Amino acid sequence: MGSCMRTQDIEGIEIGLLLDGIFRVYGYDFREYAEASLKRRLAQWLQKTGLGSFPEAQARVLHDRELFSGLLEGITVNVSAMFRDPQFFKALREEVVLHLKTYPFIKIWVAGCSAGEEVYSLAIVLCEEGLQGRYRIYGTDINEKVLRQAEEGIYSLERVQQFTQGYQKAGGKRDFSDYYTARYDYAIVSEKLRDNVVFASHNLTADAGIGEMQMVLCRNLLIYFKPALKERVLGLIDGCLPNGGFLCLGMKETLSDRVIAGRYTEMVRGKRIYRKQYV
Amino acid sequence: MCSGNSEGYCAVVAGVSMGGVEALRVLLGGLPPDFPLPVIIVHHTRPDSASDLAHLLNASATVAVKEADEGERLESGTAYLAPPNYHLLVERDGTLAFSVDTPVNYARPSIDVLFESAADAFGPGLIGIILTGAGSDGSKGLKVVKDKGGLAIIQDPLDANTDSMPRSAIAAVTADHVLALAEIAPLLCALAGGDRRTGCRRLEEHRNG
Repeated sequence: MGSCMRTQDIEGIEIGLLLDGIFRVYGYDFREYAEASLKRRLAQWLQKTGLGSFPEAQARVLHDRELFSGLLEGITVNVSAMFRDPQFFKALREEVVLHLKTYPFIKIWVAGCSAGEEVYSLAIVLCEEGLQGRYRIYGTDINEKVLRQAEEGIYSLERVQQFTQGYQKAGGKRDFSDYYTARYDYAIVSEKLRDNVVFASHNLTADAGIGEMQMVLCRNLLIYFKPALKERVLGLIDGCLPNGGFLCLGMKETLSDRVIAGRYTEMVRGKRIYRKQYV
Repeated sequence: MCSGNSEGYCAVVAGVSMGGVEALRVLLGGLPPDFPLPVIIVHHTRPDSASDLAHLLNASATVAVKEADEGERLESGTAYLAPPNYHLLVERDGTLAFSVDTPVNYARPSIDVLFESAADAFGPGLIGIILTGAGSDGSKGLKVVKDKGGLAIIQDPLDANTDSMPRSAIAAVTADHVLALAEIAPLLCALAGGDRRTGCRRLEEHRNG
C-alpha cells in the first residue's frame, strides 16, 4: 500500500460503526452516503451536541431517539432556494412546458424537496404557463422537520429577496410579490401555489417509487451518494417515468456512466434536463 | 521541467480569492506539463459567474486546467477548479465530490472545506497553499493540513494583491514557507520532484496500493 494512504482511519471506522448502529436500530441507512461531506456534517452535529467523540455519540444515539432525530436533521438538511439555477427554470419554461401541456394531467415528483423551495418554484412556472389546475406536485424528503417547513411555506424576507432575483432571471412574468404575503420579517407563500402540492416523507435509500410521474426533479442530491446508491435512486426514478418523461438533475450532475443513461437523452444541453426515449 | 522521480507528495490544494485570476495564472504558468501531482483549487467566485475560468487559465498554463467534475479521479499534471456555487471535497479514494451545503466563511466554494477533506485524504502527503485574497477562508483548513502532517505555504502578504487572507493564514498556522508568488511554482517543482525521500509515492501508486 502506498505510504500516502493514511495509516489507519480510526475516525472513519468510528463513523462507520455509528452508521451501522443507526441502520440496525432506526432503519436509516447512511452507509452509502459520500464520506467527505457526511463526515463534515456529522462533525458539525457532534460539536453542537457537546459529545466528545463518535464512540461517545454512538453509545448515546442508539438509546436516545430524540438525540437521533437531531442527528438525522443535522445530516439530511438540504440547502435550497427558489429558482436556484435560474437558467434551469428558464429552460423548463421555454422548452419543457410545451411538452407537458400535451398531457391531460401532469404529475411531478420533487425528490429531496427540502423546505419546498423547488416545489413552489415549479408551481409558479406551471401557473404562469397556463397549467393551473392541471398538475399535482409531490415533494418528498427524508427529513420530517423540513417537510413541516415546506407545508408552512414560510421563508424569511431576506431569502425572499434572493428568490425574487432568481425568479426574474428565470423569466418570471409577473411581480414576485404576487406569490406571497409579507408579515414582519417573513413571507408566506400564497394559497393558490399550495393548492396542488403534497408533501410526504420518503426515504430514497429504502422506499419504493411513488407511482407514474411525467417529470422528476432530483437536483443536487445524487452528489451526496456513493455510486451504488446513485444507481439505486436513478433506478427508482426510472421506474416512475414513462417513455417521454422528464428527469432533471443538478447542474453538476450527469447520467454519464450510470446504468439508465442509454434510455435518456439530454434534451436541453448543459441544463441537465433529460428525456426518457420512446422505444 | 521537474526532474527526478516524484517521491514526496500526493496532491496540492490551493485557495485564492481577490486577485486570484492573475495569481493562478502565475502559479499554474510556472508548473511544467509533467508536474507529477494534481492541483486542486478553490477560487472564490460569485455564485452566478460563468464557469469559464478554467478555459482562460488553460490557455496560459502548460498543465491541464479544468473545472472539476463530480466523482472524477485525480490525475497528476492536472489542475482542478471548484465550480461556482458548489463546495469541492476530496474523498479518501482520491476522487472529487461536491456539496451544496451552506456557505462556510460566506463562501461556496470554501477553501476550508476543500483543505479539511484533502487533509483527511492525504495527511502528510498534502501541500496546502494560501494565496492573495480578502477575508479569512482557508486559515482553519490550512491548520488542519499542518496538524495532519502536511506542508503549509502562504503567499507573502507584501507580495499579494489583497493581503488579508494570507495574513490571517500566517496568524493561524506556523507556515513552512512564506514566499512571493513567483517563487511558489519552483518550490512545488522541487518538492514534487523528489526532494523528500521518505514521503509518499506518486498518486498512481497511492491508488494502486
